[in-house]
Amino acid sequence: MDAKEKFEQSLQSSENEQYILRLYITGITPRSTQAIANVKRICEEYLAGRYELEVIDIYQNPVLAKDEQIIAVPTLIKKLPLPLRRIIGDMSDTERILKGLDLRIKNDVQEKR
Amino acid sequence: MSKTNSTEIYDSPLQKSPTGIEGVDDITLGGLPTGRSTLVCGGTGCGKTLFGIEFLVNGAVRYGEPGVLITFEETPDELNENVESLGIDLKELEAQKKIYIDYVYIEPSEIEESGDYDLEGLFIRIGHAIDSVGAKRIVLDTIESLFSGLPNKAILRAELHRLFRFLKNKGVTAVITGERADGTLTRHGLEEYISDCVILLDQRVENQLSVRRMRIIKYRGSLHGMDEYPFLIDDKGISVLPITSLEMEHDVSTERISTGIEGLDAMLGGGGYYKGSTIMISGTAGTGKTSIAASFARAACERGERCLYLAYEEAESQIIRNMHSIGLDLEPCINKGLLKIKSSRSTRYGLEMHLVMMHQLVNEFKPDVVVIDPITDYKNVGKDTDVKSMLTRFTNLLKAKKITILLTDLAHTETIAKTAVNISSLVDTWLLLRDIESNGERNRGIYILKSRGMAHSNHIREFRLTDEGIDLVDMYVGPGGMLTGSARYSQEALEKAEELVSRQEMEHKQRELERKRKILDARIIALQAEFEAEEEEINKFIMQREEKLKVLSSDRDEISKMGQADQRT
Repeated sequence: MDAKEKFEQSLQSSENEQYILRLYITGITPRSTQAIANVKRICEEYLAGRYELEVIDIYQNPVLAKDEQIIAVPTLIKKLPLPLRRIIGDMSDTERILKGLDLRIKNDVQEKR
Repeated sequence: MSKTNSTEIYDSPLQKSPTGIEGVDDITLGGLPTGRSTLVCGGTGCGKTLFGIEFLVNGAVRYGEPGVLITFEETPDELNENVESLGIDLKELEAQKKIYIDYVYIEPSEIEESGDYDLEGLFIRIGHAIDSVGAKRIVLDTIESLFSGLPNKAILRAELHRLFRFLKNKGVTAVITGERADGTLTRHGLEEYISDCVILLDQRVENQLSVRRMRIIKYRGSLHGMDEYPFLIDDKGISVLPITSLEMEHDVSTERISTGIEGLDAMLGGGGYYKGSTIMISGTAGTGKTSIAASFARAACERGERCLYLAYEEAESQIIRNMHSIGLDLEPCINKGLLKIKSSRSTRYGLEMHLVMMHQLVNEFKPDVVVIDPITDYKNVGKDTDVKSMLTRFTNLLKAKKITILLTDLAHTETIAKTAVNISSLVDTWLLLRDIESNGERNRGIYILKSRGMAHSNHIREFRLTDEGIDLVDMYVGPGGMLTGSARYSQEALEKAEELVSRQEMEHKQRELERKRKILDARIIALQAEFEAEEEEINKFIMQREEKLKVLSSDRDEISKMGQADQRT
């Protein structure tokens, strides 16, 4: 199997992969609520049925901020599939989120070709 | 902590938090501004992180102020390893809840920006860290890493402003480190945010030797030292040379201490050097500078004082051996722990490093007497003016501690009055050793060029290294000039011979006189005898004449009587 085939195969499999996402927010600020809404919308649209999203308020649990290396808020962490990604912001830029979640990689590759 | 509390700190006369770093508290006149932020900036490897960690650890251990370390570059394990060699156990301090370490890790490749955000996550972490140990101090090392991790600079700048306000409100004394860039203090202009106190650390290479310096660029609301202060990082951490040593307000002592050489004590008005004074011994090669220095060191140890001997030309064992040959046994002093010989090559460190090293040695060993043999070697590592400035600071430091310092100085020409590093103004007592060459031999002479505040001999004495130590001999000064060594011996022999001759002559004359007196006496007796004989003769003659006269007169009476009788009849 050469590198190209391997790559194609991994792209195939990623479409069925389970996504584990964590969204870290700080209380009920407009930015937090906006981020939650945006993430939920995108997940439903692109990852329906194969994602798990947990929303965590770090005001409630500051130790988690340390453990998860949270600096900017809101932060969406894609724990799985690897590689780990952090998307920061109010999630208003859908293209960027999709890129961060590796959901646009196929198009990118095609464009490059 | 509430906002009012922080304004209280702001309004009250400036409080300072001691760093506990040697010398830094001197140049900042007490430490960093309490409750405010201090920017410590400098190039790579200049000691910023160490400065921060020492500030925290000293606060936690010595001043009862717990601290928080937010590290952006090194992991806690790496930090721990780095400071372990300094005897700091961060893990232990963490376990004791004296220090809280949070490693903020930013991997730019992981991050994708999507819309607006803030750094509340960082604020929460810092706030949590401060609250969990009740921190009074915080170090952010180095916050500029955020700039490489987060693309949106506008957000970052706004958040940094907020961060420093946040720290102020928390009432913590903060040290923020920043990497220095060309032309600006920090790469991303952190100095714009931190306006209370800025300290610049600098590492420069001059004459192939690296010198670290520290300068306080600004300190709002406080006086501070303005100069660049050299500092050192060694196994005890950072130490900066204290500026207190630049003041000249030290008590002087009238106590005298022996030079270890009887004759030299006598030359110095009978007592020796003043305690706490600076003594310099200048001389060309092989004139016995080290011997005089070692005698002094040994005399100090014999009085039970501690002596630090900094040797730049000979190893400890070599000094001991060589001094043994002139009857100076230094080993007992070393064994008793009174004498410490520290041998090193002067080129091993830069000048400033030497100064700091000496300063540390003095603080550790607490000597009463310090010998530097010779100072000339410092010229290998610095310019004359730098050497002078270094020695000025060092001698002042020792003077303040009432430590007597003896410097030896290798002069290369016979015109020594201008000593190599021209530090005569620092020196209280200056001894000059000279080679005196004549009649195919070389002898040593010693004289006192100056000795502040004491009557001293103006004679040149001959100075001999014997098996029993150093001996000072009066020098022969005669019509033929100054004589030393065997010339002096022969001159003395000659004098003795001359003396003998004159004594003999004198005795001879005396005997002659005696004889003459005897002749005179004999003559007197003879004359007297002659006189007596003549006197007798004359007397006899007189008597005869008197007899004759008597007879004549009686005859005349007889005749006249006869005449009368005729008339009467």
